[in-house]
Order: sequence, then structure tokens, then C-alpha cells
Amino acid sequence: MYHKEKSIQIKNSASALYNNLGVLRIAPRRLTYFTVVHANVVNMVSASWDGLNYSHRQLQSKEPNVATSTSLIMQAAFCALPSRDLLVVTSQKGIQIYESDGSIMVYWHALDTPETPTAQAVFARGISAVRENYICVGISSGAILVFDVPSKGSNITLSEVLEEHKESITDMAAECSGSQECIADLVSADDGGNLCVWKSGEEFQLLNNIPGFDMSCSSVKLWKGTVVAGYGTGQIRLYEAVTGILHAEVKAHARWIYSLDIAPFSGLLLSAAEDSLVRVWHLSMTPETNSVEVAHLHNECVTDTQICGAKFCDGDGYAFAVTGYDLSEIIRYTQT
Amino acid sequence: MSSRTLPLLFINLGGEMLYILDQRLRAQNIPADKAKKVMNDIITTMFNKKFLEELFKPQELYSKKALRTVFDRLAHASIMRLNQASMDKLYDLMTMAFKYQVLLCPRPKDILLVSFNHMDAIKDFVKDTPSILSQVDETYRQLIEMYTPLSSGEFQLIRQTLLIFFQDMHIRVSIFLKDKVQNSNGRFVLPTSGPVPHGTQVPGLIRMFSCTGEEVTRLQFNNGGNYTAAIREGSFEIFGDRVTKLGTNMYSVSRPVETHMSGTSKNSAQHAKVSAAPNPLAKEELNLLAKLMGGLEVQKPGNADSGFRVNLFATDEEEETNRSMLSWQRSWESLQSLETNLPAPAARETTFWP
Repeated sequence: MYHKEKSIQIKNSASALYNNLGVLRIAPRRLTYFTVVHANVVNMVSASWDGLNYSHRQLQSKEPNVATSTSLIMQAAFCALPSRDLLVVTSQKGIQIYESDGSIMVYWHALDTPETPTAQAVFARGISAVRENYICVGISSGAILVFDVPSKGSNITLSEVLEEHKESITDMAAECSGSQECIADLVSADDGGNLCVWKSGEEFQLLNNIPGFDMSCSSVKLWKGTVVAGYGTGQIRLYEAVTGILHAEVKAHARWIYSLDIAPFSGLLLSAAEDSLVRVWHLSMTPETNSVEVAHLHNECVTDTQICGAKFCDGDGYAFAVTGYDLSEIIRYTQT
Repeated sequence: MSSRTLPLLFINLGGEMLYILDQRLRAQNIPADKAKKVMNDIITTMFNKKFLEELFKPQELYSKKALRTVFDRLAHASIMRLNQASMDKLYDLMTMAFKYQVLLCPRPKDILLVSFNHMDAIKDFVKDTPSILSQVDETYRQLIEMYTPLSSGEFQLIRQTLLIFFQDMHIRVSIFLKDKVQNSNGRFVLPTSGPVPHGTQVPGLIRMFSCTGEEVTRLQFNNGGNYTAAIREGSFEIFGDRVTKLGTNMYSVSRPVETHMSGTSKNSAQHAKVSAAPNPLAKEELNLLAKLMGGLEVQKPGNADSGFRVNLFATDEEEETNRSMLSWQRSWESLQSLETNLPAPAARETTFWP
């Protein structure tokens, strides 16, 4: 179903972090941007579709105006809003928002880091663009910061702080089907496996809280009103977002899941884990019976590699890319 | 990242160091009483109350350089002397062994079981010396108190922090190569077979439910591996069967252990690049633990004769040979393009254990 393409070499190896691959497709310029986090650096590659041009850039997680601080980066992800694309980088010290090519930092938000380290780690993790103008970022305390983003310029403001989760945020995702009918706009996941479903607005509204089972949910997606969640046990669960009804449960992987992605136009689901496997599934909805079906389509094994990032490169799922711990390349696969 | 990583890093690396030193002391026929004194002195220093108090405080991981200093001092906390090359080799072996254990742990929480395996062995080394034994027991209690309440996600954060510390280290270790757990490119073998972790089920099943919660369909799929059901969970108490073999003494059977320097040129170039960025805090961080370690004066006898050297090379002569071989290797490697991934030809292997 898929075959391996030429890999893209990156300047550093990928660190073992959840969802450690960002992909942004820029159709008008026939380019795709990729981001891979290595310790305190974000490796960015811009790859032309003809495979002939690659350019690299590195971003560091330094606080502006503070020469000596470095902090480890937890995640880097693209936020595609209708008016603009941005790159969000979260670390132990705060949140940096760049123009999508990484050229200019547009905004910096510092986290409240204590003078001497506390037992509870402090960091930001979990990034999602929501609807027209919001970017949401999770914090280790369980709080979610909601930023209001103007259509251009750097006047980004903190609009709200959502305090519902009691454990560290692991991942967040916005409804990606493009449908305006879906009530739920955002799902957030935490280290206890709890899922919160939100409706965006000037004040975000909590629609549902789906309790976890004491196992971290490391990656989450929201498509056509269905939450798809990947857990440390290797399970994938599908819930109806607003009601919390469990649609399906998949014994998907033999190790901790690190990344999920959905191709919104085709309903393909990608899952990747520490067990070296990337799996492709198909989701189909039957609105009449309010059911969701999951079918397994394909496996790819990245030998001797604990995978940390996997994303589709396009909305149909024609191609996907994979990163692994200690690997200095982005492995690509396309449909045969 | 996690501020609770340092104690686990220190105890596990310390444990590996003791395994190697114990094996080397026996292999070099050091008299039993001297060998025992070396082991006891090092273990006493490792579990010094003040040192551990500092170690267990919430803090970020030390840099590689800073941690190396701590172990340099620990290794010299007795009458034993290691030359620079031996210390380098020792540290390489220790770090690659723990990297292997962290990577292969089925669940992040199993790192605690690995730590208990090291602790159990250390306890056995000092079972005849009650004073040190009580220090070790106290450390068990501290480990249990700090780590058993942590959630799976918090353990994964610790594991991720450790993996960043070990990033890009691909030193080839002969015992791993021989056991086929490491490839010739220095990367560890991750099998897609064997028992799944405790709490995970064998992949291969999709269950779909109706709105009322009844199972409607079951579908099986090919999981691409050869997995079996999870085995029983190891014990997280002071005593108990840890079940996992990770963290147990792989040198207890007398077998040659060496590291291959030749495969590391590419990686050490990368290493140099990464650590070249000056860390202004480095001077300060070098470092409270190292200072505490260095300040711990173990009874050093005035008689110079009672000190001895341990070489991780078999003889002084081989050590000399290796030094010149290494410099020849380096000049040869500089002629090679960094892109080449040629396996090391047999002639360049560093065999120093008969």
C-alpha cells in the first residue's frame, strides 16, 4: 500500500518526545516544511516537492534578552489558521511563536518557573490552532492557555486560562474535518488519560470530560466529532466527543504510542509507537447508526527504532513522514 | 524536564561501574582483601548520607561533563587508580549499558526495577559490612518513597529525560555485539517479539461497540511481530523478585568486554558540535555533587605501596600499543569522508581482554 521514499537528512537526531514531527504543506510554493525537536533545538527543513531543494534552519529555545538560559523543548508544531500559519515551540521556560518559516519570533510567553526546581516539573506541551483565531497550549500543571491571534502582526494576547485537568497536558487537537457542524472544537489530553472536550469562543466552554484509566494519553485527534486517543498501554480508543460514548477500542501497539495523525479528507489514521511500528487504519462514520468503524490497512516497521513522530504530509494521506529516537532523518512513505 | 532523574541516573551508572570494577579486580587477581576494600570504599562513598541528600533534591540533570567528574571522583574514592584511558573506557561501558537498559525497558516504570536490580547487587557486595548495609537500606527507602507514587506519565518523562542525556551515543560494546543486542553501527536491537509489557495486551484486535456499550464487531489484524502475553510484574519493594534481567550483572560470567573506538568518529564529531555551545553555568555546576564527592576522604593509607592501578587494558604494553593505534586510527579516519559508514576492519579492533 505504501513504499519507502528517499529520507530527508536532518542536522540532529530526534529526541524521544511525544508527537515529535511537525508538517506544514505550502501548496502555492510547492514546498513542505518539517520540524523535528532535538533537546533544546528545533530542526526545520523546507523540502521542495520535486525533491531537488532542501534548506535547513535551526531554532533554539532561548529566552529573548537572556543570554545564558537554555531549556529543553517539549514540542514544536505548526498552527494553520485561516489568516496565517505560525510555528509554536513549547519548552521548560515558555512558549515561542514564530512565523511559519521560523524567520521571526512573533511572540514569547514565559512560564512561572520557580527559583529552585520543584519536584513537579514545569513545562508547556500540547499545541493546537482552534477555529479562526485561537492557539491553545497546555502546561504541566494541567492548565491550558488560550491565545487570541490577530490576522497579522505580533499583537497576540492571552485570552483565557482553562483549568480543568489536574495532570500535565500531553497533547491537544482541534476538529480537523473542516465541517462547521461539529459542536466540539478542541480536545485536550493529560498524563492520567483524561480527555476534555471544548467549544471555542471568547470564553471556552467545557462540553465533556471523559475520564482516563490512570494511563497517560500521549496523542489525541478530533475528526468529525470523534476523539481518537493513543495511550501508553499501546491502546487506541475512539470516543464520541460530546457524549463520551466509546465507539471502538484497538489493541494497536505493543509499546507506548507516541504519535497519531488523521488525513481529514480520506479518514486515514496513522499511529506510531516505541515498538518500531507505524500502522495505517481507516475510519468510517455511519451517521444513521451513529457508529464508527475502524479497519486496519497497513504496517511499516522502522527496524530498531523507537518512533516518536508520524504525520501525513497531505490531507488525503497519500504520503506520510516518520521520525525516530536517535535517528537523524525524516523517513517518508508514499502510496503505491 | 523531569527534576527527579538524577538519583536514578547516578545509582544505575554507579551500579554498572561496580559490576565492571568487580570483574576487573577479579580478572587481574587483585588480592581478595584489597579488592573488597576497594568495593567497600566506593560503595560507602556512593551512599554517603550528605551526598545522597543532595542527590535526591529536585534538580535538572547535570551535563555529561559534570556527571563524568562525579564518577571520576567516585572511581578514585579508594586506593585503586585508573589511568585516563581506563577511566574513559569505564565510563563508555557504564553509559552504554544503562542506555541499553533504559531503551529496552518495556514500560517506563520498569526503570525503577532496573534500579532495584543494581541496588540488590550492591547490597550483596556489602552484605558482610553492616555499616554500609544500613546506608544501602536507607537508599532503598528513599527510592521507594520518591518513585513508587509516580504515575506512568511521570515515569515516561524521566525516561525521556534520560534518553536526551544518552542521545547520539553509539559506542559499540563487544559483549552487546556478541549477544546480538547491538548492531555493528552501534544501535541497539529492538525486537518486535516477546512478551508485551505488564498492562499492555498483545496487539491485533479491534473491538467496536454500539451506543449502548455492547460489543458489535471484533476484527483481528496482523500485528507484524511475534508477541506473547505479558509476564508477571516485578516487585517494587525492598526485597523481591524484580523479574526483569535488565540491570543485573552481565559481567558475572567471565567474558571479554571492550568498546570499539573505531565506529565513533562520526558521532564524536557530532558530539563535539553539540557540546561546543558554551554553558555558562558549567563552571558552577562542576559542581556540587562532585565537590561533595571529592571532599569525602576515605581512609587513605600513608603507605604508597598499598595503592595499585587497575587497567581496563590487560597489560601496560597493550595500553601503549593501543595509544599509538588510536592515533593511527584518528589520522586514517580524518582522510575518510564522514558520510562513509564502513564497518571497522578486523585489524582495527581493540582487543584488550584476553
